[in-house]
Amino acid sequence: MSDVRLENISKRFGDTLALEEVSLHIHDDEFFVLLGPTGAGKTTTLRVIAGLEKQDDGHVYLDDMLMDGAQPADRDVAFVFQQYSLYPNMSVYDNLAFPLRSPLRRLPEGEIRQRVTEAAEKLRITHLLERKTARLSGGEMQRVSIGRAIVRQPRIFLMDEPLSNLDAKLRESLRVELKHLQKTQGSTTLFVTHDQIEALTMADRIAVLDQGRIIQNGTPFDIYDRPSTTFVAQLVGTPRINLIAAEWQDGAYRTPGAALSFARQNGAAAEKVLVGVRPEDVRPGAGDFRGEVVLVEPLGVETILHIRTGEITLLCVVSGLSSIQLGEVLSFGFAVERLHFFEMNGRRL
Amino acid sequence: MANIELRGVEKKFGDVFAVKPLDLTIKDGEFIVLLGPSGCGKTTTLRMISGLEAVTDGQILLDGRDVTWLHPSERDIAFVFQFFALYSHMSARDNIAFPLQAAGMARDEVKQRVGQVAALLRIEHILDRKPGALSGGDQQRVALARALVRRPAAFLMDEPLGALDAEFRETMRAEIKKLHLAQHATTVYVTHDQIEAMAMGDRIVIMSAAVVQQVGTPTEVYHNPANLFVARFIGSPGMNLVKAKVEAGGVRLPGGSLAPVSDRWRHALEGSGLKDGSVVLGFRPEAVQVRDGGALRAAVYADDLHGGYTMLHLELADGEIIHGRAARDALNALGSAVRFDLDPDMMRFFNPETEMAIPS
Amino acid sequence: MANAANAPRQKVVISTRVDKVSTGARLTSSFRATIAVIVALIMLIPVAWMAMTAFKTRPDAVAVPPKVFFEPSFEGFVSLLTSRRQLTNDEIAVYQQRTDLGWADQIALIRGQAITGPSAFPRQLLNSLIISGVSTVFSVGFGVLSAYAFSRFPVPGKDDLLFFILSQRMLPPVVVTIPIFLMYRQVGLHDTHIGMVLLYTAFNLSFSVWLLKGFIDEIPREYEEAAMVDGYTRLQAFRKIVLPQATTGIAATTVFSLIFSWNEYAFALMLTSDAARTAPPSIPLVLGTGGIEWAAIAAGSLAFLIPVVIITFLLRRHLLRGVTFGAIRKG
Repeated sequence: MSDVRLENISKRFGDTLALEEVSLHIHDDEFFVLLGPTGAGKTTTLRVIAGLEKQDDGHVYLDDMLMDGAQPADRDVAFVFQQYSLYPNMSVYDNLAFPLRSPLRRLPEGEIRQRVTEAAEKLRITHLLERKTARLSGGEMQRVSIGRAIVRQPRIFLMDEPLSNLDAKLRESLRVELKHLQKTQGSTTLFVTHDQIEALTMADRIAVLDQGRIIQNGTPFDIYDRPSTTFVAQLVGTPRINLIAAEWQDGAYRTPGAALSFARQNGAAAEKVLVGVRPEDVRPGAGDFRGEVVLVEPLGVETILHIRTGEITLLCVVSGLSSIQLGEVLSFGFAVERLHFFEMNGRRL
Repeated sequence: MANIELRGVEKKFGDVFAVKPLDLTIKDGEFIVLLGPSGCGKTTTLRMISGLEAVTDGQILLDGRDVTWLHPSERDIAFVFQFFALYSHMSARDNIAFPLQAAGMARDEVKQRVGQVAALLRIEHILDRKPGALSGGDQQRVALARALVRRPAAFLMDEPLGALDAEFRETMRAEIKKLHLAQHATTVYVTHDQIEAMAMGDRIVIMSAAVVQQVGTPTEVYHNPANLFVARFIGSPGMNLVKAKVEAGGVRLPGGSLAPVSDRWRHALEGSGLKDGSVVLGFRPEAVQVRDGGALRAAVYADDLHGGYTMLHLELADGEIIHGRAARDALNALGSAVRFDLDPDMMRFFNPETEMAIPS
Repeated sequence: MANAANAPRQKVVISTRVDKVSTGARLTSSFRATIAVIVALIMLIPVAWMAMTAFKTRPDAVAVPPKVFFEPSFEGFVSLLTSRRQLTNDEIAVYQQRTDLGWADQIALIRGQAITGPSAFPRQLLNSLIISGVSTVFSVGFGVLSAYAFSRFPVPGKDDLLFFILSQRMLPPVVVTIPIFLMYRQVGLHDTHIGMVLLYTAFNLSFSVWLLKGFIDEIPREYEEAAMVDGYTRLQAFRKIVLPQATTGIAATTVFSLIFSWNEYAFALMLTSDAARTAPPSIPLVLGTGGIEWAAIAAGSLAFLIPVVIITFLLRRHLLRGVTFGAIRKG
């Protein structure tokens, strides 16, 4: 049973406002992701919850208990850092046992052994228990860090970009493992990342943070399919969403530099708009528009096509390795029901 | 423009091979990517081509001319570094002009060339700024301009996108490739990122542990990896690799389900001399077709939204996790049983002892 | 494509080349080792000469040409550790008849002297041990605490304070000796152990704060934060996490502080006279009758050298890393 609530948290560092009136409610068993670019205030939020940083304004509630004055040790949260948080002078076993030996808990060694063994099995690090942490690979270190959080059975896991220092392959497999573990354990988790793929793939809910403020809050589908601003639309999804400036002319939104047109949707009324088209919603093969393929990027699972039409180059993604060739001139259309319309200031219409 | 030929080029540090003898011919105008994990010898190879590193043995030919023992400056090549290597006290313009001035070119011509290359890279508006005032992407554009302005016979690039943020990296990746399409200068590009390699390379040279594992086009290395290393390394996630047994009707997966195999493969497998029929079955996530009544069984381990599609992670009976690409609304309860088929055209087989692909 | 992977593998099996290279490498490394040994030998000659002199008799010590081979004698040590009186010829005759003389008395007798009691040197050596030991413990102890504070907390005026601390070290000791002498005489710290401990601690502290701050800066603060979230107080986290990781820095600082206060001469000469006098100012003053007692001075120097050698030897593993001043991250 755990539940985390932030009410209007503000935090300044000198003259810079790191967090501005941030409110969040993370429910029991939820995998909640804070997504945002560097300097958005994600880590500060995490540190405020852990008590490593003191907010200037607002309140932190853990299980409906006010935690504003509590020491980190008394909050019963577990923190997984980006790196460096394993004690290099101890074995893996002692690292895992360390939180259980703290003066707050002082569990008998028998129970410690049992809990450590259990956690090690879950994370498949049993064979590493006697090793010094300096001899571990990056992936193993991060597993141990997660293990040190698990043995505690804390109220909430706070994870600060735990995968960002690992290489791509390892990140991918640990991402899947972490999600599986969280779902089978049912542990409440707040996970901070700047990597939109991590957010989309792991989260139950995502809060997008920028310059200390929450821009949007919702499920991965909400964020991906109904981004509230162009910032969110560009942050999530790779390759990036196409944003095309268009003007209302002769009953449709038309683009100045190219012969593209978009029908007005659900009564969105503005003279000028930014039309957002996800690359997978550009459909080559059939449609009203024509363009030339100026670049083909065969990634494997999918292929990115750069299609130039007039002065605009659109990104388009097709599944698998495509047979479309460089220089080909082709027709294309859009998945009309999946277009996004934004005001020129970036707000969704 | 030039072709580059490596003949038995090798590099040793003490007793240790950094690059084992390597033969490679890079055609005029080709974009070649040297790909591999850190320490595989890719950067050393690039540095030997540039002359920054001396070969231990072998020959390097540029357009048929033996340049093995020539100084880097005598080889007519340009090098783009990961950390830009711009001179911080000079403006972008002076940085770009530097190699031309070093060659003693007339001032008017320098100006003209810098103007041309700046237009090509669309950096005219930042020419008077110092590198410190530029974003990472712009710094790398200036570094590229400095390499381009010399019109060298070949470009060598050492992870030029490695120091950029993810958002710039995708854009710059496309820009460099477009630049290459416009100029058609022979380019050797080093990276550890297989996505970059796939997206950019005409051909990819995959290295591991100082040895070339495979040379091929993106399609070749993706669909027909030469060995298990390449199969794992290329793709995100890599190829699914499952231990299986060859039987009469197909291959038997852990947990007992039988995956049917085409006749062509059946003959190939019979003739490949596998030890008691053990084989590694490989297939890409796109080959997984989840459907009721499919021949194969698994439990959902996790699934995740990748924007345009959903990646299913399925647990086989022996605990092995495989990945399958599915429609974005294909979300299943964790632990629920699913059945699936494999696209027979996308199945590949490997010998578990030699780790090499079995030719069909 | 399988060929491309196989072809290079075949060519690698040219074992003769491997041997050639490794012979070369072996030759280079043994050549380097030889050079290192020669340099070390040259550097050790004065120390060896001192050790030999300590065991020479007075005539041997001043012999021209210098004697490399000689009959060892404890004359130097006897002169160093005892106070003696010159005997008259009659007394010598009496003494020579006595059978109750110890070996030290006999050595003194050869030079016509009788031992009257121990000299001041053992006490001075003890003073040196106490004063430098205690001041080292203080300067490293306080140093590590203040270095931690400077490294982790937003101390107001941090940069100015750090500069101020460093500036303590900028004046040459000789310049401040006189004022300190006057102050100490006024407050009664002259020629006391406490006075010397305070002085050396103050002097070493600036150095140890700077050195240790460098080491602690290198320890990522996530370590302590992890411990604090895990249920430890800051002080417990400091003791269990930071201290063990700062071992290298602490060892290096300890040796540097110890060597400074152990070797310190100018202050000791001015500020001590008897009760708290340390060894350095006394060694050159072991004067016998009728000339400089080279053997005794050498014996004193040798005795003085030993504690530092022992400490350095014990901490040598940390020192190797420590002298890089935290440039290499541990683990």
